[in-house]
Amino acid sequence: MARRTDVRKPAAAALGVDAATARRLLADMMLIRRFEEKAAESYALGKIGGFLHLSIGEEAVADGATSVLRPDDYAISTYREHGHCLAKGSDPRRAMAELYGRRDGLCKGKGGSMHLFDRSVNFLGGHAIVGAHLPLAAGVGFAIKYQGGDQVVVCYFGDGAVPEGEFHEAMNLSALWKLPVIWICENNRYAMGTSIERALAQHDIYKFGEVYGIPAEPMDGMDVLAVRTTVARAVERARRDKMPSLLEARTYRFRGHSMRDPAGAVYRTKEEVEREKLRDPIVLFHARVLETGALAEADVRAIEKDVNDRIDEAVAFADASPEPPLEWLLTDIFKED
Amino acid sequence: MKLNMVKALNLALRQEMERDRDVLVLGEDVGVDGGVFRVTEDLQRRFGSQRVIDSPLAEAAIIGASVGMALYGLKPVCEIQFSGFAFQCFHQIENHAARYRQRSQGRFHCAMVVRMPYGGGVRALEHHSESEEQFYAHIPGLKMVIPSGPRNARALLVSAIRDPDPVIFFEAKGLYHAAREEVPDDPEMMPLGRAQIVREGRDLTLISYGAMLRVAREAADTLAQEDGAEAEVIDLLTVAPLDRATLAASVQKTGRAVIIHEAPQSFGPGAEIAASIMERAFLSLEAPIKRVAAYDVPFVGFARERATVPDVPRVLAAARETLAF
Ligand SMILES: Cc1ncc(C[n+]2csc(CCOP(=O)(O)OP(=O)(O)O)c2C)c(N)n1
Ligand SMILES: [Mg+2]
Repeated sequence: MARRTDVRKPAAAALGVDAATARRLLADMMLIRRFEEKAAESYALGKIGGFLHLSIGEEAVADGATSVLRPDDYAISTYREHGHCLAKGSDPRRAMAELYGRRDGLCKGKGGSMHLFDRSVNFLGGHAIVGAHLPLAAGVGFAIKYQGGDQVVVCYFGDGAVPEGEFHEAMNLSALWKLPVIWICENNRYAMGTSIERALAQHDIYKFGEVYGIPAEPMDGMDVLAVRTTVARAVERARRDKMPSLLEARTYRFRGHSMRDPAGAVYRTKEEVEREKLRDPIVLFHARVLETGALAEADVRAIEKDVNDRIDEAVAFADASPEPPLEWLLTDIFKED
Repeated sequence: MKLNMVKALNLALRQEMERDRDVLVLGEDVGVDGGVFRVTEDLQRRFGSQRVIDSPLAEAAIIGASVGMALYGLKPVCEIQFSGFAFQCFHQIENHAARYRQRSQGRFHCAMVVRMPYGGGVRALEHHSESEEQFYAHIPGLKMVIPSGPRNARALLVSAIRDPDPVIFFEAKGLYHAAREEVPDDPEMMPLGRAQIVREGRDLTLISYGAMLRVAREAADTLAQEDGAEAEVIDLLTVAPLDRATLAASVQKTGRAVIIHEAPQSFGPGAEIAASIMERAFLSLEAPIKRVAAYDVPFVGFARERATVPDVPRVLAAARETLAF
C-alpha cells in the first residue's frame, strides 16, 4: 500500500494536474471523438445531410483550451466546431439532433453541423465562411470591456483563415483596442486541399501576432496539457490586462476535409497521415495518465463506457426527434405585413 | 461525346486554354485537387501551375488580382468555390471588374470570367445552397450567365471567355451530374444575352433558367397532359443582359406568364422580368404575371430544402391560377 502511494505522488506531480482534472480532460476528448465517429456513421447512413467536418485528431485543442475557461466566458468557432461546442458544455443529444436536422437540435434543426449555437453555454456558433467570424470575436471582446465585464472570448479558426483579409483586420483591431480575445489558430497544415506551404508566405502563423504587438506563441496541439497551460497564460492576460493573444496550435486532422473527402488522399501522402496518427492526442494522454499513475486502466475503461453510453443516448435522442415542422421555415425572421 | 456538365465545362476550359495562352485558371483548390466539383480536373497537369493557379484562401485577392491581370490583357477564369463565399470579393467585382471599361472611357477592358456553383438541391447547408444571381444582374457592366445543361454550359463558357466584358458564370450544383448530353468535339459558342425557347406553346409562358428549367419543363408536360394547356418554356441562359425581345414576343402570343427562380422572391430577377414584360407586352396580358421563387428567408438546412426550392406542384398551382384568371 505504502509503496503504491509513493509511486502515485511524484507521478501525479509530473502530470501537473490532479486526478479529477485528468479524468475530465480525458473524458471530454473521448466524448468529442466518439461523438464524431458516430456522426460519421450517421452521415454514411444518410441521416445527416449537408456537410460534416470532423475534428478527429484535433480534440486536445478544444478540450485543453476550454478547461481553463469559466462557464461565463465565450467561445466562437468555424464549421469544424463540434468539439468546441461540446467542450464548452453543450448537451451532446441536442448537438447530435442538430446534425440530424431535427427539431430538438440546438438550432431547431435549421442550422446543421456547421452552425451550432448554444446560448446556455455562451457558445457563439459555428461559422462556415472562412475567416469571417474573427471580427465578430473582436466585437464580443469590445462589448465585454465596454460593459466592464471580466470574461474572455476564445476564437478558434484554421490556418486557412490566415490569408483572408479579415484575419488581419481582426488581429489589428484586437491589439489596437486591447480586447480580451484569445485567438487560437488550429494549424492542421491544410485548408481543404491546400497546404500552408502553398498558401502562406510565413508558415509560422504565431509570428503574425508579433507584428501586431500581440503576445503570440506556438503550442503542441496534440498535447492537451500543453494547450491547457498555454491558453491559461493567455486567459490571464486577457482577463487581467485586456490583452489579446495569438496561439498557434500545431495539430492535424486525421480524416479528410469533410465526409466528401473521406481520406484526404489527393493532397497528402498516406505515410504522412500514418505518421501524424502516432501523435493521437487521446492515445498520448491516455498513456500519460497511466504512466504517471494519475488514473488506472480501470478508471479509463469506466470513462470510456460512460462516454459511449452518453453518445449512444445522443444518437437515440436525435433519431427519435421529429423533423422541424414546415411552418418553422418562416419563423425567427421578420415578416412583411 | 456524351458528357455531364462537369466534363462539358472542363472541355470548354481545356480547349480555350489550348487556343489562347492568355487564358488562365485560378482559385482555391483548382489545381492539385481539380476543384471542389472537379470542373478544373487535370488542367494543372496539362497546362502547369503557372496557368492553373492554386490561390491562397483569399477571395478578394483572387478577384482583385484577376482584374489586374485582365487590365494587362490576360483572360483569367476564376473559380469561387461556392457562390455563398463571393461576398468576400463582392467589392472587387462591383467596384472594379464591373466598372473599368467605363471608368477608363473604354481604354481598358476587363475580360474575365468568374465561375461559381450556386443553388440548392444537393442537401447542403447555408452559404452552400443559395441563389444570388440578382446581386450581379443588378450591377451595370456585368454579364450574368446561367446554363441549364452540359451542351449549353460548354458553349456559353466558351463565349464568356471570349467576351470583352466581365462575366459572372453560375453553375447549378444540382445539374453537375444530373444528365449527360451529346457535346460536339469542336468548340461551339452561344451568344450571350439571348434566351432560347425550349418548348413552344400558345397558352402561357413559363420563364426560367439554370436548375429550375427542369421544373418548368416538367410542369409544362403536366399542364399539357392534365389541363390540355400548351405552355411555352423559355430558358433565359443569360440573366443580364436580359433578352427582353424574346420574352415580350412570347407573352404577346400567350398573354400569360409565370417566372420561376430559386432566388428569394422579393427584388429578385422575377421582378425585373415582370416589369420588362409589362413595358413591352402590357396590352397582350390576360392575367397578372406570377412568380414562383424561394421564400424570403435565408436558406434553411437540408431537412427542409425541398420545401424551400420551387418545385413542380408550386409551379402548377401558379400556372393554373394564371390560366383561370
Ligand atoms: C470565404 C470562404 N472561402 C472558401 C470556403 C471553402 N472552404 C471551406 S473550409 C476551407 C478550408 C479551410 O481551412 P482551415 O481554415 O485551415 O480549416 P480546417 O478545415 O483545416 O479546419 C475552404 C477553402 C469557405 N467556407 N469560405
Ligand atoms: Mg486547416
